[in-house]
Amino acid sequence: MAAIENGKKEESVLRTAFGNVLSFFILLLIGILAFSIRLFSVIKYESVIHEFDPYFNYRVTQFLTKNGIYDFWNWFDDRTWYPLGRVIGGTVYPGLTLTAGTLWWILNSLNIPLSVETVCVFTAPIFSANAAWATYLLTKEVKGTGAGLTAAALLAMVPSYISRSVAGSYDNEAVAIFALIFTFYLYIKTLNTGSLFYATLNALAYFYMVCSWGGYTFIINLIPMHALLCIVTGRYSSRLYIAYAPLVVLGTLLAALVPVVGFNAVMTSEHFASFLVFIIIHVVALVYYIKGILSPKMFKVAVTLIVSAGLAVCGAVMAVLIAMVATSPTKGWSGRSLSLLDPTYASKYIPIIASVSEHQPPTWPSYFMDINVLAFLVPAGIIACFLPLSDASSFVVLYIVTSVYFSGVMVRLMLVLAPAACIMSGIALSEAFSVFTRSIKFQLLNLLQSKKIDAGETITTDSAVTQTDAAKPAKSEGIVKERPSKKNKKKEKEPVEKATVRSRIQKKLLVLPLEASVIAILLLVLLGAFYVVHCVWAAAEAYSAPSIVLTSRTRDGLHVFDDFREAYAWLRHNTDVDDKVASWWDYGYQTTAMANRTVIVDNNTWNNTHIATVGTAMSSPEKAAWEIFNSLDVKYVLVVFGGLVGYPSDDINKFLWMVRIGGGVFPHIKEPDYLRDGQYRIDSQATPTMLNCLMYKLSYYRFVETDGQAFDRVRQTEIGRKHFKLTHFEEVFTTHHWMVRIYKLKPPKNRIRGKTKRTKSQKSSATASMKRSSRKRNPWQ
Amino acid sequence: MARTTTKDAQALFQSLRSAYASTPTNLKIIDLYVMFAVFTALIQVAYMAIVGSFPFNSFLSGLLSCVGTAVLAVCLRIQVNKENKEFKDLPPERAFADFVLCNLVLHLVIMNFLG
Repeated sequence: MAAIENGKKEESVLRTAFGNVLSFFILLLIGILAFSIRLFSVIKYESVIHEFDPYFNYRVTQFLTKNGIYDFWNWFDDRTWYPLGRVIGGTVYPGLTLTAGTLWWILNSLNIPLSVETVCVFTAPIFSANAAWATYLLTKEVKGTGAGLTAAALLAMVPSYISRSVAGSYDNEAVAIFALIFTFYLYIKTLNTGSLFYATLNALAYFYMVCSWGGYTFIINLIPMHALLCIVTGRYSSRLYIAYAPLVVLGTLLAALVPVVGFNAVMTSEHFASFLVFIIIHVVALVYYIKGILSPKMFKVAVTLIVSAGLAVCGAVMAVLIAMVATSPTKGWSGRSLSLLDPTYASKYIPIIASVSEHQPPTWPSYFMDINVLAFLVPAGIIACFLPLSDASSFVVLYIVTSVYFSGVMVRLMLVLAPAACIMSGIALSEAFSVFTRSIKFQLLNLLQSKKIDAGETITTDSAVTQTDAAKPAKSEGIVKERPSKKNKKKEKEPVEKATVRSRIQKKLLVLPLEASVIAILLLVLLGAFYVVHCVWAAAEAYSAPSIVLTSRTRDGLHVFDDFREAYAWLRHNTDVDDKVASWWDYGYQTTAMANRTVIVDNNTWNNTHIATVGTAMSSPEKAAWEIFNSLDVKYVLVVFGGLVGYPSDDINKFLWMVRIGGGVFPHIKEPDYLRDGQYRIDSQATPTMLNCLMYKLSYYRFVETDGQAFDRVRQTEIGRKHFKLTHFEEVFTTHHWMVRIYKLKPPKNRIRGKTKRTKSQKSSATASMKRSSRKRNPWQ
Repeated sequence: MARTTTKDAQALFQSLRSAYASTPTNLKIIDLYVMFAVFTALIQVAYMAIVGSFPFNSFLSGLLSCVGTAVLAVCLRIQVNKENKEFKDLPPERAFADFVLCNLVLHLVIMNFLG
């Protein structure tokens, strides 16, 4: 008997060891998978930084590596938002740049001479591997190792996360999602173990999250919500206090330490929820303590006394608080947070926030594109979390519900939904596999035993044991084949002797018929295969475009459009270092990073009036625009034009935002002036204001020379005004495919009232027939 | 009505006192420490109300250091309390070491933020 027990124990130790080694290798493979699936853009194009925002982060990282951390912390950048400048140290989330800078520094001190650009490009894939491992840890705390491995494998590939963390997408979310999942893991770990050590680590991970992304407000609102949920559903325990209270105090302090957050950590409404629940949890803790030391009768007396006195005090405090909060027009919330809570807020009040394409609500197909199969595994996971419900599983349910709401408001926040969906789906898949493999094992066991029972023999214990022992080696190969290798579940050894016991156990274990289980497992594996195929396709085709280099397939092969870098290189080599360049704010970061010139507005859209000034200039006629640009010391104007090649994200398509934002600050720009039948048109039906504005002229100057018809491939019409001359600007550069056009402001002539006889200059060879301003008094002709 | 209320209040206080007197000494010391920290925090708030909150970061770091160390002491008390069934496997030395570590981190941040 003891020998059998020892044997069983050894067997379980061996099994645990084998399971641990297998888990380790699986996690290693998951990390490699997460890293390599993000490398498509490096293979298809080159190792280049994508999009717009990453260029700013890259420039900041360059500065950090060149000048050290003290200069970085105190950096005042005068090459952007001219003439205002920007305090970089105080307005940037330093987590990403400090991480990449540290990586570069470590590698260089180990004598591995990687350039800063390479480190920046590959930061995101490295941290996505880390995020997959963090998901494994988090889900393991919720449901166990099997669910953890499944969730990690799902997160490594989920397209929503890939879209923001490909190699080259050097943006805040690359490290922030890892910090988010890791903070949640440490919170759940503290909740499960009640250890103050993990609470400290939790606060430090939260600090890393605050450093990295503005989305940290999600954490500091979700955790109080969960604490409140636990209290309300009667699951208060001292572990909850240890998990929550130190996090609030330490977390607020650490958040206030980051310059970009500063005192907002205690003054804005985004953090008030944490303070409110902090007070509530102390009240609840005190109540439980007093309940513990008093007798029930005295406790009732205490309750009546406290309630009557406390209500009065509470009412007074709440009145003061409400009065304080009501004085601010936005009730203390920042614009971005308010637009999350009330999705219509931004479109009514803040056109800048409404104009960013990432802030639009997502369409239904984008859910299927971004999380694919997980979209219908999530409800199964939610149900699995309720059997049984623990603190950790209630947290994950709350996480998925809130992130689904927020992802419905802003498409950029699909990214926050992705880890939650992976966790839920991992739990669902793992539970499903568990039930099916259990059924298969049980049914096979039954099948081999039922032959004996049918023969009429009563099976004694010994023979049953020998029967199972003999059947085990024969069965084990079959079981190993069907059981997926990610499982490390506990083995249920049920001694099955009699039919009644068998059927009872069958009912308790929720066993399904054999054929159904086998087919179900095959179907689940097929489901996983579809998911993998979709993810690889999405990573390769949809999300790997660097958007600074464009390609298209023609009959003659691959055609590469490298116009942006061509234009920035021209600016870098053919203008003075101190020249100011004006363009729409989309291109600000790229211009400062690649062309190294001062810009007027850039992607950090913090100053609405300054952007409105540029928007007004783009919407005004030439002379008024020249005046505005001259007052800003602008030398060059840059416009992006896609009409020749059919590039749809050009400035004419963005023009409506220039009008709206400019009109929001300068009332003489009225949107109806530019609309014909409610639409922006540039063909012959366009309004005269539209045909005379600077954006139209700078985009279509000399366009008629390309094909004689001036057919705009994006708007699919011929343009309205084909032959005109520029009076205040001169064209200095147009790229190969006419995608970027650079103009220089003409200096004013010395003599205003000059001769009326037309002088021969390089630019004015023929007068335009449609000039409305009087030729006599025009000093620039 | 008022008399029954005051009588109830007195009875309440008596029972609270007698129940509290039975707690072990080490927990009473921790409670004293918590009281001291909260009292210091109240003094700081009163000072700020009188003098104004000019270096706000100093006020914030002073206040939060008091509140923080009080919270951590309460956590220590929870973990060390013998009546708590959840923590009976946790040796009190480990609880105290965690307390010290967390306080170290807290005060490091405070010193940085104090200005």
